[in-house]
Amino acid sequence: MQRLSKKRTGLAVLAKTVERLEKAPTGIVGLDEITLGGLPRGRATLICGSAGCGKTMLGVEFLVNGIREYGEPGVFVAFEETKNELVVNSAALDFDLGKLVREGKLAIDHVHIDPNEIAETGEYDLEGLFIRLKYAIESVGAKRVVLDTIETLFSGFSNTALLRAEIRRLFQYLKSFGVTAIITGERGENALTRYGLEEYVADCVILLDHRVRDQITTRRIRIVKYRGSRHGTNEYPFIIDERGFSVLPVTSMALNHKVSSQVISTGVPDLDAMLGVGGYYRGSTVLMSGTAGMGKSSFASALARSTCEGGERVLYFAFEESEKQIVRNMRSIGIDLQPHLDSGRLRIVAQRPFLYGLEMHLVSMHKEINRFRPAVVVVDPISNLISAGTEREVSAMLTLLIDFLKTEGVTGFFTVLTENGGRLETSDTGVSSLIDTWMLVRDIEISGERNRGLYVLKSRGMNHSNQIREFLLSSKGIKLVEVYLGPSGMLTGSARVALEEQERDASVRQADDQEIKRAQLERRRKAMEAQIEALRAEFEADAVEVDRALSLESKREKRALDNQSAMAKSRRANGHLSQNSNRK
Amino acid sequence: MAKIHRITPHARAKASKSKHGRYMLRLFTSGTTPRSTTALRNLREICETDLEGNYDLEVVDIYQEPGRATESDIIAAPTLIKEEPLPTKRMVGDLSDRPKVLLGLAIAGKSK
Repeated sequence: MQRLSKKRTGLAVLAKTVERLEKAPTGIVGLDEITLGGLPRGRATLICGSAGCGKTMLGVEFLVNGIREYGEPGVFVAFEETKNELVVNSAALDFDLGKLVREGKLAIDHVHIDPNEIAETGEYDLEGLFIRLKYAIESVGAKRVVLDTIETLFSGFSNTALLRAEIRRLFQYLKSFGVTAIITGERGENALTRYGLEEYVADCVILLDHRVRDQITTRRIRIVKYRGSRHGTNEYPFIIDERGFSVLPVTSMALNHKVSSQVISTGVPDLDAMLGVGGYYRGSTVLMSGTAGMGKSSFASALARSTCEGGERVLYFAFEESEKQIVRNMRSIGIDLQPHLDSGRLRIVAQRPFLYGLEMHLVSMHKEINRFRPAVVVVDPISNLISAGTEREVSAMLTLLIDFLKTEGVTGFFTVLTENGGRLETSDTGVSSLIDTWMLVRDIEISGERNRGLYVLKSRGMNHSNQIREFLLSSKGIKLVEVYLGPSGMLTGSARVALEEQERDASVRQADDQEIKRAQLERRRKAMEAQIEALRAEFEADAVEVDRALSLESKREKRALDNQSAMAKSRRANGHLSQNSNRK
Repeated sequence: MAKIHRITPHARAKASKSKHGRYMLRLFTSGTTPRSTTALRNLREICETDLEGNYDLEVVDIYQEPGRATESDIIAAPTLIKEEPLPTKRMVGDLSDRPKVLLGLAIAGKSK
């Protein structure tokens, strides 16, 4: 009663109420969460699904984990695959069944049924199967048993009434051993299983499903029924990869994650300053949207580098470029990621979006994050995932991812590619409300140029700048430049450069003007002086002329006088002077 | 109640080196359950009337030797396996459907 009086808060209460039913953990990521602890211990669980949906693998992993992690030996009764096939198929999933068999922890019994070989000649029962099961369980001291797929019996024996009775008895028989069992069944058309096995297995029924849409397969798991326990009722996506099963548990998400006021650098000092608090908050989710070629990946890489330099790990999911391409391209703007890849701090997971369905991507991301334990997760770009699902699904799935990151205290950096011409603020796949810091990079087209502008659309809990800043990508990295405002608004690119140029050269130009004026004055002075010189020369020439004329005149006069005096001397008179001068 | 006959290793070795046409039969029973005893009785009768001694029979009680049930891939009990002559044939049930048993043993022509 004390417990009831306590405040009921979601899963905590669920976990308390399930204590009564003992559970056997499957050790499968996510499955233990949605079953709130595992499969019912000492009972049988039916796993049904169509061909190839992973029933067998689930069974194998249940046994392998039981042996490796919980010290519970197991028995695998294979009706469809031979022992060798099973060992080989499981080796692809990193399970060495052969070794476990040799160690005496696992027994594999292949029950071969060939309808052509069997003739029914009277009354019988399935005691042979029971004995073998008992023999196998006792040979390894099994606590876990998988029967895969028991319905194969129906193809070998015609007496279905007898088979049903025997299968019912088999389940009771399993219970008597106290083993936790998984029975697999093929999906029927109108029922969970083709032969209605769900009627016999009343404790727990799990449905696996894989559907193909647009040539992409999505695997889902759903708990149809779990007697005596509450459980997640949704369909949960899951994947099977080289390390086995992984389910994305949706129920474990809640808005009660820890909030940090610690800040991590964006890797771009100018941007740190622009955000007001010196970077992004640890554990927050950052979205950078923008048109193509605007430098979203560059900001992502800057963050990755600075985080790695700080000694923390970064997981980079790339949906556009390969690892080598990213490294090369980022080196061109002065961000060298290779040392961090080498040191293991940075891990780039490059995948094509259409490789998996959307859920598969998220499950695999979930798994990678759980394995790598990064401080920062980059998804570049999340918009490419849209090609793997509808917008609503993308939104729902990203919500899960973001919640997961927040719960783990991981900083998320997502980029979104927005269509040219579309409204940047709306094309964010509906996750904007989940985003803590949202920045836009956009092209600013002025006077025939396309330049890069950045602004902070919102940033929760930060006194961030409201300016649109132009930024440059150069071999020295990302640089935010000063804002220039012209008469028609913000100036960018060469218009800004021109203005900068003007301002920087203003004094120089002034000095130039003075120089020119001085030179002009000098020229004019020179011209003037030249004119003066010319005039003087002319004057001097004239003066010379005048002088000569005058001297000639005076000479003539003298000569005339001389002549007169000479004639006078000769005539010894002065009266005939004019006559003589005329003759000359 | 028919007694469960178990053949000696020597007899088994002899049986495996059976001559051409000689029947090599193995009956897997689940103890002394009514179905198993009925099966053994029916089989003995068929062997005596139709095989005229040209056979080796081994009776395996899967309760006593559970490993052999696994080894011979036994699901139902009782199960009769005709090892020789080839092809191998399995008959499940108490062998009361005599025509079917004879068909399985490929001696339909010899009966009656």
